[in-house]
Amino acid sequence: MSGFELSGLTASYGGERVIGPLSLDVKEGEHVALVGKSGAGKSTLIKLIHERVDGHASLVPQDLGLVNALPVFHNVFMGQLDAHPAWYNTVTLVRPFRKDREAVKDLLRELGMADKFWTPTASLSGGQRQRVAVARAIYRNADLLLADEPISALDGPLAHQVMKALSQRFATSVIALHDVEMALAYATRIIGIQDGQIALDEASNRLSAADIMPLY
Amino acid sequence: MHFSPTLRVSLLFLVIAIAALFFADIAITTANPWRDLGRFFLGVATPDFFSTEGLATALLRTVAFAFVGVALGSACGFLLSLIYRFYPVRIFCAFIRAIHELFWALIFLQFFGFHPLTGVLAIAIPYSGIFAKVYSEILDEADPGPARLLPPSTGIISTFLYTRIPDCWVQLRTYTAYRLECGLRSSAILGFVGLPTLGFYLETSFSQGLYSQAGAMLILFYVLIATIPLWVKPKLLPVYILGAPFFLGDGMPIIWGNVERFFTQDIIPAPLRDGEGLAGLGPWFSDLMLTEAMPGIWNTLILTQIALVATGILTLLAFPLISNHFGGPIRRTSGHVFLVIARSTPEYILAYILLQLWGPSMLPAVVALALHNGGIIGHLIGRQTNAIHLRPDAPTGYRRYSWELVPRVYRSFLAFLFYRWEIIMRETAILGILGIYTLGFYVDSAIQQIRFDRAMVLILITALLNIGIDILGRYIRRKLALQTMPTC
Repeated sequence: MSGFELSGLTASYGGERVIGPLSLDVKEGEHVALVGKSGAGKSTLIKLIHERVDGHASLVPQDLGLVNALPVFHNVFMGQLDAHPAWYNTVTLVRPFRKDREAVKDLLRELGMADKFWTPTASLSGGQRQRVAVARAIYRNADLLLADEPISALDGPLAHQVMKALSQRFATSVIALHDVEMALAYATRIIGIQDGQIALDEASNRLSAADIMPLY
Repeated sequence: MHFSPTLRVSLLFLVIAIAALFFADIAITTANPWRDLGRFFLGVATPDFFSTEGLATALLRTVAFAFVGVALGSACGFLLSLIYRFYPVRIFCAFIRAIHELFWALIFLQFFGFHPLTGVLAIAIPYSGIFAKVYSEILDEADPGPARLLPPSTGIISTFLYTRIPDCWVQLRTYTAYRLECGLRSSAILGFVGLPTLGFYLETSFSQGLYSQAGAMLILFYVLIATIPLWVKPKLLPVYILGAPFFLGDGMPIIWGNVERFFTQDIIPAPLRDGEGLAGLGPWFSDLMLTEAMPGIWNTLILTQIALVATGILTLLAFPLISNHFGGPIRRTSGHVFLVIARSTPEYILAYILLQLWGPSMLPAVVALALHNGGIIGHLIGRQTNAIHLRPDAPTGYRRYSWELVPRVYRSFLAFLFYRWEIIMRETAILGILGIYTLGFYVDSAIQQIRFDRAMVLILITALLNIGIDILGRYIRRKLALQTMPTC
């Protein structure tokens, strides 16, 4: 069951309300794109949903949350730390098992960075770091994806490659995107956020870029 | 007239130190101090590396005790750092690190005797307390973000290993390596209470006037510390740590009867032991306070305050020696050598040497503490000035020093100084063993008179005094918003 029904979503910073109160109802199988200009409250909404589903979702936060000192492999492997006992994870930290190495390598190949397997994430470029965070989210194997601008540092074909992988791997997703074309191409439902409120909520096949532009 | 808070605090401490000078016993009492000093330097200049085969053994033992002690301390400290957030653990750690290595050694000597365990525990126990504090501070700095992204049912061990340790690994390693250097110094001075490390042979050579032999030992000790990056390699560490216990020497076997007697009789206050009951405890305690604790505390405080300000003055004079903003390469090279020697020589050894040359008074202690601590802070501040970029038309010489550099580094200078306040006090107390009337003198006398009950109370008082100064130093640093990294 990967959909969710949440109501009374609200958040304030320094006494000022930045989002809500609003309700959000996402059904299993829906791919939602959150659009709106920066500062509208998209990131806050993603964080709120993550809290309300008790972390039972794969999350790609805007700051990525990578452990910079660890190589790419371990950052991706972290998505499944709960699937193994502590001794297994400890051994993996020193010497990964072949099975896990291959699973992670396949995933990285799909995202176009199989060659960066042992590079510490601190020395990667912005776009590469973003793909590591995406790979970790996919490896996590949750049904629901919550992602905050997961392709902001990627261009053209790579951005499509990542969005394709994400929509194939997750039954349900809520992704904040500033790129309207991408939102229309990969989402089944578009939610526009303006001043912390839902200003637009429509199936994407009934929208065009021109309908979304007034939000910006 | 308006003074900034930092200047006000500096002046206050300066005034206290000047007032303390009137109460301090500062004199050179030997007949020919300069001739002795000259002979000593001649000895260092003509080192005799082959006079005794004991020299190599002493160096080996010094390294072995340092490795075993620091490794054990670091392992225990790491475990303690995981539960450091609990108040009783903090108190416990503050207490064990407030007692100097030499005091721990003196305690263990009474019941373990000259067994290697005495030296190992004397280093490991206070170091555990220090490691616990610093490790927990480093671990708290780790980025909490990645841990929040893990699947909710991830175990705490996996979470800790994947999200906290990697983020802090470099800092943990750097600090531990730095502590190893401190451990070598601690290990060396343990020889002064009879363990088979460098201090023992240094004391022997000195007392026989064999200055060339003493010089050779000092030079080898500097070489040992200066070459740490060459011989301490991550890949070799397991070899050292597993091998070191086999090079501690045999010492003397532990007599377990002594251990039992120490805890069931020796440290029980005399009135209780002799059956006078609680009524006798009052007079016993007040006698101890009046005749030993009070004079000890008074002298320790006086010497600490003078040494603290002397350290500050020496630091301000010494940091330009290694600063890129002045002079040429020759001055900087000799400056580096001077500061390396000053900070690598344990203050206890410096004080011991100066005391032999100048006779017993507070003067050798002040000079030793100022040289060692001034060397450490001067080195750090000098390096800090090298990161400062001055405008091209900045003044030169004294005006550059006083207008451009000192104002820029003064806050971190004060931060380091107040951080070391507690360390200076701990050392001041211990220098009493050399015959200066600080708390260590009364501890040592009580032990020689086999009055361990009194010695334990005095050590306890010393620890409380250190904890008090530590709290005060931290309060001042917080008030003045001064931040610093730990030094030893």
